[in-house]
Amino acid sequence: MTDSANNPIPQAAQRLSGSQLIIKLLERQGVTTISGVPGGANLPMYDALVGSDIKHILARHEQGAGFIAQGMARVTGEAQVCFASSGPGATNLITAVADARLDSVPLIAITGQVPQHMIGTDAFQEIDTFGLMLPITKHNWIVRSVEELLEVIPEAFRIALSGRPGPVSIDVPKDVQNQMIDVTEWPEPGKAIETPEFDAADVTKMMERIRAAHRPVLMIGGGIVYSGATELLREFAEKLDIPTVQTFMGLGVLPHEHPLSMGMLGMHGARYTNYVLEECDMLIGLGVRFDDRATGKVEAFCPKAEIIHVEIDHSEIGKVKNPVLSIRGDVGEVLEIANRDLEPMQRPLWQQRVAQLKEASPLILDGDDELFRPYGAIKHVANILDDSANISTDVGQHQMWVAQAYPMNRPRQWVSSGGLGTMGFGMPAAIGAALAQPDRKSVCFSGDGSIMMNIQELATAAEENLDVKIIVLNNGHLGLVRQQQTLFYDKNLSSVKFNQGTDFAACAESMGVKGVDLAKEENPLEALKTALLEHGPCMINLPISETEMVYPMVAPGGANRDMIGGEA
Amino acid sequence: METLAPQAKSVLRLTVNNHPGVMSHVCGLFARRSYNLEGIMVRPIADTDGKKSRMWLLLNEEEKLQQVISQTEKLVDVLSVEKHELEDSVFEKTQGFFNS
Ligand SMILES: Cc1ncc(C[n+]2csc(CCOP(=O)(O)OP(=O)(O)O)c2C)c(N)n1
Repeated sequence: MTDSANNPIPQAAQRLSGSQLIIKLLERQGVTTISGVPGGANLPMYDALVGSDIKHILARHEQGAGFIAQGMARVTGEAQVCFASSGPGATNLITAVADARLDSVPLIAITGQVPQHMIGTDAFQEIDTFGLMLPITKHNWIVRSVEELLEVIPEAFRIALSGRPGPVSIDVPKDVQNQMIDVTEWPEPGKAIETPEFDAADVTKMMERIRAAHRPVLMIGGGIVYSGATELLREFAEKLDIPTVQTFMGLGVLPHEHPLSMGMLGMHGARYTNYVLEECDMLIGLGVRFDDRATGKVEAFCPKAEIIHVEIDHSEIGKVKNPVLSIRGDVGEVLEIANRDLEPMQRPLWQQRVAQLKEASPLILDGDDELFRPYGAIKHVANILDDSANISTDVGQHQMWVAQAYPMNRPRQWVSSGGLGTMGFGMPAAIGAALAQPDRKSVCFSGDGSIMMNIQELATAAEENLDVKIIVLNNGHLGLVRQQQTLFYDKNLSSVKFNQGTDFAACAESMGVKGVDLAKEENPLEALKTALLEHGPCMINLPISETEMVYPMVAPGGANRDMIGGEA
Repeated sequence: METLAPQAKSVLRLTVNNHPGVMSHVCGLFARRSYNLEGIMVRPIADTDGKKSRMWLLLNEEEKLQQVISQTEKLVDVLSVEKHELEDSVFEKTQGFFNS
């Protein structure tokens, strides 16, 4: 059967329902996979999905569906779609949408709504989805007629992908889904609009300043990843010989072992990294937003430095730090101009000073040769895998250990909830990564607290037979909270211990996923290797002590120079 | 009678799409970023076939004003944002309606 929906000018009008129109428009956008959960108010959309080439992933919870779509979007950079019904379906999506907002992920949430004549009557499963999504999306709609869909769906993709990416949500009342329309002309699929124009002369000015600086540092973030500017950045940093810090969202832009890389800055950065920032006379922020976990107490951040800021979102410029020079634009385009005829230079004195600080205060990865210690577990996993693996995490100590120690070597390899810090993010995001890139292993480091927040998605991973490996660094506690109570609340441990443990291997088996408990293995390293290298979903329990800490640590609200722990 | 102390106040003139939901997007932004919004006046713009509205905002945000403008400009349904003086503004002219 030929599909006239793919032909921009169909011979005759096509009569479609609103829900069929939604599916056709999504197909025309190139969507191949949608995660979601059906319910009363989105039944017509699920009816229309049958017969479509779009593959539907039936999540076990809408939050799981949202994070699965996020995982797909984070590793590909494409906008991805999730479905939920009205009321509780929509509220369950909220966390995943808010998470996408803070990490600038192009997510498109399409929800069913009660029919329009019932809106405002407290109908069954009616909530104000428009009102709830409003503060956590780039833009959102409630669609009032079937005709509007022709505009709203492409517009949703356009907005999600343009400039600084982000989530959008579309609420579709059931009567709109059922309303018929004759489609004679199809709208162009929505795509990212042109990036903002900037003055090339500003790049020249920027280069003059950077060349004149004595102790410059590059601070690179998610903007480099999203702009696809990794190669340009590497060339820029190398030719200008500038030591570089990566934000949490920028990990992987410089390879882990790159001589210019000083790893992550801020709350859990290496001591020398934060010390270098104390001394720098210029900080060049590229695709960053000066998040408080990176800057610490703002007044004390880079106290001696002039700031240069290149950023596509103009509201980020001057929000936290006032730059002496800023360029509003796509960081890749700026770097492209900057790299033209770029004369290499060297900064031997500054590099010497950086090396000195690094020598005196390096990142200490205590126990990194022992399998049952955090850094050791991470290093062993990294040694078994290669750079093709995508690495996701949940939220807690395990996340920070991975951010510090896992050798992230390429952009989009690193998939983690930065801005919202959402426990429960990791496994469904790993599922999404595996769906989008089935040839790559998808490895999720989790904690015994976080994994419980979306553990039901194990069944989804089994159903799709995905190459997802979940490694639970099991300390029997909400480790990061325990750490904070230990350090900042006089060891007054309150509600951080799980008195009832969970047998995660057995739990996985119960949902069709292979479970391995390394504590019970005679040769745990061999067992880990086998589990990681064979194809298929697997849950790996790896016990660690609850007394392990993430060091160094800057107290929330404290200055980055005042780090606790992690001394050489 | 409360007078409008001109020093601290700023007036913004927005041109917006006249959709249902635009008011929510603008007011929601001000609420969640805790910008002090002291007055708001909205009507459809004549001769635009009901497609556009003019929104006048009275703000008490001298310091953050540039940030407020940048954030407001990011709203999809906001077509333009201009800074205006309090003097002769709609807020001064309608002050009589807001006396006790
Ligand atoms: C949804 C959610 N609830 C609560 C928190 C607060 N929180 C941050 S880390 C953490 C503990 C995480 O424990 P676990 O997943 O076991 O990781 P660990 O720190 O032990 O490595 C908690 C409760 C959060 N980030 N997200």
